[in-house]
Amino acid sequence: MSGDADLRLRHERLRRRAEMLTRLRGFFAERGFLEVETPTLDAEIIPELHIEPFAVSDASKNQAFGFLQASPELHMKRLLCEGLPAIFQVTRSYRYGERGAIHNPEFTMVEWYRTGDGMTAGINLLDELCQAVAGAVAATRTSYAEAFRTHVAVDAHRATCEELAAAVKRLNVAVPEGIHADDRDEWLNLLLAAVVEPRLGADRPEILYDYPATQSALAVTATRADGTLVGERFELYWHGVELANGYHELTDAAALRTRLEKVNRQRTADNRPALPLPERLLAAMANPGLPPCSGCALGFDRLAMLACGATTIDEVMTFNW
Amino acid sequence: MGTYSTSDFRKGLKVQIDGIPYLMIEMNFRKPGKGNALYECKLRNLLRGTVTDKTYRAGQTLESADVSEFNAQFLYRQGEEFVFMKNDDYEQYEMAAESVGDAWKFLKDNMDCQLVVYNDTAIAVTPPNHVVLKVEYCEPGAKGNTATNVTKPCKMETGAEILAPAFVNIGDFLRIDTRTGEYIERAKDANS
Repeated sequence: MSGDADLRLRHERLRRRAEMLTRLRGFFAERGFLEVETPTLDAEIIPELHIEPFAVSDASKNQAFGFLQASPELHMKRLLCEGLPAIFQVTRSYRYGERGAIHNPEFTMVEWYRTGDGMTAGINLLDELCQAVAGAVAATRTSYAEAFRTHVAVDAHRATCEELAAAVKRLNVAVPEGIHADDRDEWLNLLLAAVVEPRLGADRPEILYDYPATQSALAVTATRADGTLVGERFELYWHGVELANGYHELTDAAALRTRLEKVNRQRTADNRPALPLPERLLAAMANPGLPPCSGCALGFDRLAMLACGATTIDEVMTFNW
Repeated sequence: MGTYSTSDFRKGLKVQIDGIPYLMIEMNFRKPGKGNALYECKLRNLLRGTVTDKTYRAGQTLESADVSEFNAQFLYRQGEEFVFMKNDDYEQYEMAAESVGDAWKFLKDNMDCQLVVYNDTAIAVTPPNHVVLKVEYCEPGAKGNTATNVTKPCKMETGAEILAPAFVNIGDFLRIDTRTGEYIERAKDANS
């Protein structure tokens, strides 16, 4: 009976997922990482322009309580400020309104930080993890600028909105209703989502790095030899699926506050509420301070999906929304 | 009449754009982790049946369309008007031949159909997948020719022309697939 066969396949995938989780914990244990658990519900959150958190209240909706965390970042950074040098976590994260073949409003995120690491060390660690946990071959490494030169034929760091809009038209990408046409990052994101991403990591995992500084609110910025200002941010793609996002982390509390306040102003301009700033993190970053480090977050459901040859994360989750 | 925001978008939603009702037949949510969400929709124009691709940025809204679907009986044709009656409250709906489209070929009096109504106007009708129609006229049947791959045009009781095997005769009842307009088999009588 096909029902039984479907169930066997489902359970086989859940078993493979569990094996990956075991390998993941072994991978971090071998490297001296401490596994931590941090709150998924807190009064504070890191405001993000394009991520909507769930606001939690009592059942009669009279009393606002806090937010379900969209990532464990703020709490893990507080632990780094306390002096823990290498930590990882497997946790549930929550993002309102995100539902599709590779999205579920509640999902499993693996996040890790190691002090002393810059972007290259962060990329190396992510690459090793992908090989050890999912049996992948070594990743190719491509700068954001190279990817846009190859797949879109534009200079991602210098093209104007008009030039990016022309590339969208040339490549027959549908312009979304309501696009903010004067925002370069919206055009870049549109081209990334519609043209670049589907072509990334076709034969082997591919790590994109050196993002536009404007798309890297939590990363250290650096000026490259050709004068380009980039954010030391990196992303892992495999079979066109975005798997992980990492940073050479911004450690300057004042700069972080400025960037988060800017995010809140953009949110307000977009008719969405400003969110409370992570004051306890900002205080810890000011004193005793966040040591230089690299951190990365990986969508575990998506990695399991690819390792199992599935095409939706629903196929590797027990139950979904 | 309500509005749907992008977070309500899903397959099966009925919306209107510039006064035209659409059915959302596919919705693909696409979002780079740190980028803005895109909602890629396939929309079927419920008046013309054509399919359009449209992409929306998070936060956009679409008006909901007052579209309902229900079972109705085809009562009769009066010139260019087809008259239907809703099964549960006997309300009558007139529909222009233009909106009926190719469905006229299969509509027999008292046939149960699926009617789509938008702002109180019937805009589409779907006959049952299989209907039995009587052959009004065809060239005489070739005796002994049982091959189904040799076909001839037959004029049916509705006035429609259907291609049927050469052995079919005037007065035969034929089962027709209304989705393709193709002959399936001979039937014993009008109700079998």
